[in-house]
Amino acid sequence: MFTALMTNTWLAASAVAVVAGVTGFFAVGRGSSFAAHALPNGAFAGAAGATLVGASTLLGVGVFSVAGALAIGALGRRGRHDVATALTVVVMLAAGSLFITLKTAYAPEVYALLFGQLFGVSSAAVTVTLILGGVSLIALALLYRPLLWSSAVPDVAATRSMRPAVTETAFLVVMALVTTMAVPVVGALLIFSLLVSPAAAARCLTDRPGVAVGLGTVFAVAIVWVAIAVSFVTALPVGFLVGSGGALLYAALYAATRLAGRAGASRRHYRRG
Amino acid sequence: MSPDGAVPILAMESVSVTLGGRRVLEAVDLRIGHGELTGLIGSNGAGKTTLLRVVLGLLAPDAGRILVGGQPVGHRRGLVGYVPQKISLDPDMPIRAMDIVGLGLDGHRFGLPPLGRSRRGAARRSRVEEALASVGAERLADARIGRLSGGEQQRVMMAQALVSRPALLLLDEPLANLDISSISEVVAVLARVCREQGVAVLISAHDMNPLLPVMDRIAYMADGRLASGPTGEVVRTDVLSGLYRHPVEVLRVGGRILVAGADAESHCP
Ligand SMILES: Nc1ncnc2c1ncn2[C@@H]1O[C@H](COP(=O)(O)OP(=O)(O)O)[C@@H](O)[C@H]1O
Ligand SMILES: [Mg+2]
Repeated sequence: MFTALMTNTWLAASAVAVVAGVTGFFAVGRGSSFAAHALPNGAFAGAAGATLVGASTLLGVGVFSVAGALAIGALGRRGRHDVATALTVVVMLAAGSLFITLKTAYAPEVYALLFGQLFGVSSAAVTVTLILGGVSLIALALLYRPLLWSSAVPDVAATRSMRPAVTETAFLVVMALVTTMAVPVVGALLIFSLLVSPAAAARCLTDRPGVAVGLGTVFAVAIVWVAIAVSFVTALPVGFLVGSGGALLYAALYAATRLAGRAGASRRHYRRG
Repeated sequence: MSPDGAVPILAMESVSVTLGGRRVLEAVDLRIGHGELTGLIGSNGAGKTTLLRVVLGLLAPDAGRILVGGQPVGHRRGLVGYVPQKISLDPDMPIRAMDIVGLGLDGHRFGLPPLGRSRRGAARRSRVEEALASVGAERLADARIGRLSGGEQQRVMMAQALVSRPALLLLDEPLANLDISSISEVVAVLARVCREQGVAVLISAHDMNPLLPVMDRIAYMADGRLASGPTGEVVRTDVLSGLYRHPVEVLRVGGRILVAGADAESHCP
């Protein structure tokens, strides 16, 4: 379980989990979960295009996810954000289906990008993942306060901070970077679930934004480690384990806090009565 | 220049705004002196929110000039505090009242906020607590803001607007959707903030009555036009009939002021 190739897997997956945990706080807080779904799927189309023209997968993923982020940002200025996101991902997926049809040979490596291949990450891929992850974290640290403000009270932030469209596009570009670092090593499904469920679960447990960022990151790393270990032993796919594990964690915490809240409320009621 | 020669905190000269082909503000003139409390009164659709958005620099006027503290809008944004009409906060967002107020202080800056234990963090925290206390919301500091009641959220938003020590505070319909006792509480808080912190306050409202005891001046709006001055000089049958461009009558009943016929236009075209 700890061979050189496995070490690469652990490293890449852990880096993706840390960055996804932090990014997810804002993705969920800003209501950008749909974009967190759209960008990795659009990036898959980029990878398909790259194999068609013989370019590197990383380049295809990077170009498509950044272009997707800019498109969502630009369209979202004029109309509703979910519609802008839907239009963008539809166009990208349509292009992806065309690319796959044009490439007559069967391309299993492209499908691996959807659900993840994880075992067999090269050292070069790990280096790229770590660098892009570092850049994403620095960008999020710099944007922390403007992002938090415009997520919580957009009307007020718009009067004092960066223009809302600029803040939103900056965040989408960071999410495109995260997609680019993650899709080639863990696949689209895995990064999508790591962007959403750990951050959503963390919101159940704390009222402090900083703590929520930290908890979400811890959850993301824990989910990935458990999923890799279980997958190694049982041969169940990692994508399935991460996706269902994250959703289960969220469901369990949500139910637990609801029950605790109701118990607390009835206790208070009892004391008063 | 205002009559006493000082630069007013807000000076609007012939400001016009057209939205979707409609004149929403029509040659509006308005001056507000430092430390004055002004009521921006008008019925729904009169243009109150649009006027505030123009002052905030969120909307560019088609014509006219706006100076805040003697400078064009947008140059010194910390100078103006703002509490929007609709406060929609996500109940599931993990953020406390004190975090929100802290963002009012430095939310536009890049980088992480200072740690609570550092000296800058402690200074930030005391500014935040001071702002919450000034609106009587100190006990809300640790509460998740999305789970507070509407009135409590509004106080936190006032603290957020005040924490940067603005010279002008804009509040859009802060009395709408409050019960009667909360209305007089909020009015009292705003009057005290205005007096004690020397901040000019502009409050929009569709009913002038709750503000009558505390208003220094009134800015009365009808169909995008505005008349301003001391309440007694503006809220008069002749002045308001001119503003509405049809006859209305100002009635004083038991200490309350009613403007009869103000809605006539919507009934007969
Ligand atoms: N973006 C817009 N496009 C077209 N008309 C608008 C827009 N915003 C506001 N209006 C119109 O401008 C008028 C004034 O609106 P508003 O300033 O919100 O009034 P108030 O705040 O006094 O109720 C209304 O008739 C409204 O329908
Ligand atoms: Mg309004």
